[in-house]
Amino acid sequence: MTTNQVKTVGVRKKSFAQTIRFDKWKGWIYLAPALVLLLIFTIWPIYNTIRMSLLEGYTTMKDVGGATFQFGIGNFKRVLEYPGFITCLKNTILLCVLTVPISTFLALLIAVCLNAIKPLQRFLQTIFFMPYVTNSIAIGMVFAAMFNMIIGGSARPDSVGIVNNVLEFFGFEYINWINAGSEYWANIVVMVVYIVWNALPFKILILLGGLQGVNKQYYEAAKIDSTPKWRVFTRITVPLLSPMLAYVVITGFIGGFKEYSSIVGIFGESMGPVGNAYALDTMVGFIYRAIGNQEGTASAAALILFAIIFAVTMVNLYVSKKTDYTGKKSNAKKKKKAPSAAKAAKAAKPRKSINLNATVKPVIAWSIYAATLVIAIALALIFWL
Amino acid sequence: MEIVLQNLTKIFPGRGKSSEEVIAVNDFSFTLPDGKLVGLLGPSGCGKSTTLYMISGLQKPSAGKILFGEDDVTDLSPENRGVGLVFQNYALYPHMTVKQNILFPLQNLRGADKLSKKEMMERAYEAAKLVQIDELMERKPSELSGGQQQRVAIARALVKMPRVLLLDEPLSNLDARLRLQTREEIRRIQKETGITTIFVTHDQEEAMSISDLIVVMKLGVVQQIDEPQAVYDDPTNLFVAKFLGTPPINVLEGKVEGEKLYIGESAVMDVPGVADQEVIVGIRPEGFVLDANGPLTCKLSNVEVMGRDISVVSTHEKSLNPTVRSIINADNKVPATETVSYSLKPHKVFLFSKEDESRIRFEVK
Repeated sequence: MTTNQVKTVGVRKKSFAQTIRFDKWKGWIYLAPALVLLLIFTIWPIYNTIRMSLLEGYTTMKDVGGATFQFGIGNFKRVLEYPGFITCLKNTILLCVLTVPISTFLALLIAVCLNAIKPLQRFLQTIFFMPYVTNSIAIGMVFAAMFNMIIGGSARPDSVGIVNNVLEFFGFEYINWINAGSEYWANIVVMVVYIVWNALPFKILILLGGLQGVNKQYYEAAKIDSTPKWRVFTRITVPLLSPMLAYVVITGFIGGFKEYSSIVGIFGESMGPVGNAYALDTMVGFIYRAIGNQEGTASAAALILFAIIFAVTMVNLYVSKKTDYTGKKSNAKKKKKAPSAAKAAKAAKPRKSINLNATVKPVIAWSIYAATLVIAIALALIFWL
Repeated sequence: MEIVLQNLTKIFPGRGKSSEEVIAVNDFSFTLPDGKLVGLLGPSGCGKSTTLYMISGLQKPSAGKILFGEDDVTDLSPENRGVGLVFQNYALYPHMTVKQNILFPLQNLRGADKLSKKEMMERAYEAAKLVQIDELMERKPSELSGGQQQRVAIARALVKMPRVLLLDEPLSNLDARLRLQTREEIRRIQKETGITTIFVTHDQEEAMSISDLIVVMKLGVVQQIDEPQAVYDDPTNLFVAKFLGTPPINVLEGKVEGEKLYIGESAVMDVPGVADQEVIVGIRPEGFVLDANGPLTCKLSNVEVMGRDISVVSTHEKSLNPTVRSIINADNKVPATETVSYSLKPHKVFLFSKEDESRIRFEVK
């Protein structure tokens, strides 16, 4: 009897210990599927990209063949020295700087309008969302047809897109938007129109969602206080939407820096009008082409693009934090800063200094934002000229 | 400024085909004297908030007229009415500081009313001082307590010197203690500014304590409009009698025969001038007098001591409430018997018709 009892206790103890060990690893086991996928599809590629970028003249074929590569930063040098890279950077930045503000502003406008109407709201919402679910190459081809202008002469009939038809209707001359011999600015206009149109639905969706979440009583209160419509928009709607606006701008810039398929959609893989190939080349276009036989260079270019996106996103985040109107921000920060501002201003009353701080802060924030934009445009211009 | 409501009616269309339309406010006529504080009182869904929103202009009346003094404002949009409105949950702009919130209505002024920055600041600080929040001007609403937010909302409503101040359940978000304090505050502010004020509440005590006039509403229909004490002492019907007073009025079945009121078998009171009929008897808790030989005998349940007063809880077979509760002075001794007998103070006893619950008046000697 007694031995039996001891035995059972022993068995129990062992199983208890096992349980503990299992508990310790349980979390990891649950995480394992996600971790494995992350390792294979995210961590390993990142590691591999960095490795390839730092091996001189790396190509996969030679690597498989048993060749060894020297460690160095030659790939980065080659990317920066390559004349086409400057075109890519210029195009990418130009498209970003032009399309993000335009599309954000338009999306805000459309979202506010959509939110203001009751009948047909769902229907219009669906229509505005259509571009989002349509393939961008397909849309690109439609746009290419719309902006087309081929004057056939005697050999074949003219083929003029709807845009030029509209221009003709209003008494303007045809513009060569995308065909052989078209000018750079015309190409850019087409790209901006296309990218903005393509980027609108997602932004409208986010902003409309934000608008519908705003408490209606703020608008009723504004109405009672006889606030003009424009002031309601600038002083109530926009500030209350600022988190969504920040999100839309940040994702817009990230998407803009990765612009590629839209250009392929309109101009084809030559990424430029006939006779002027690669005039509209972008960073991602450059990377894709380099992947073919110069993986080292492609990796280096990808890392440079990453650095640019990272920097721009950081600036965006900084600005959006500085201009967050929702009042949920850390107030501790504000309180800490107030006395220092008081000292700096040598103001007698703390109330005044905080006052000063409150008015100056958004000014600083917005001027940083404006400065960034100006620098970006200036960079683009320098590259261009 | 005087506010006149003429046959004000609001009908909300029914949703869908099957549901009927809802008459939120039905034929409300009332002249609100200048500079008074008026409480709109009633249970939830009685149309009191709808009335307030119609006066503010946020809702359009289905029929009837609203006049501010001589001006007909019925078709005027809220922007042009010059009213101040304090919302139930204050609706302070969360992204603005207290000062920006209070300045906001002033910055909207245009044309002849346009103020210089200095004047705006002065007005804002003046309003803030009135509600005693001038120390909190740089805070955001999220950094304020409920009571402070409420004051900011009042300051924002007052700063543009409205012709009418409207308060929608202004105290419902505050705790019991703050509620007492704030309602006195509202009274003080109203007296200091002299602005005609209407406030909505479902709390009869709140309405009684600070209003100059009370409007009691039920299902969109005005029941009674009078001074608080008058409404309490002379209710027009059973609903008003029941709605006002804590503890609530005791309601019993009775009948009148030969100008005498019977509750059960005993004649409890003379009611001169009332025809023979079945009636509902309302007796205020303070209308009972302990009297060993009194005509009204109840079964004693328990006695609650409340210091100044004692509350005697008893039951009576004719009572329409579960208990009959009387409040008597603590100097009296309740006999330790199974029953307790009362005589009644005639002016605390109200008779109501059994058919339509309207008041049947009799002569009080």
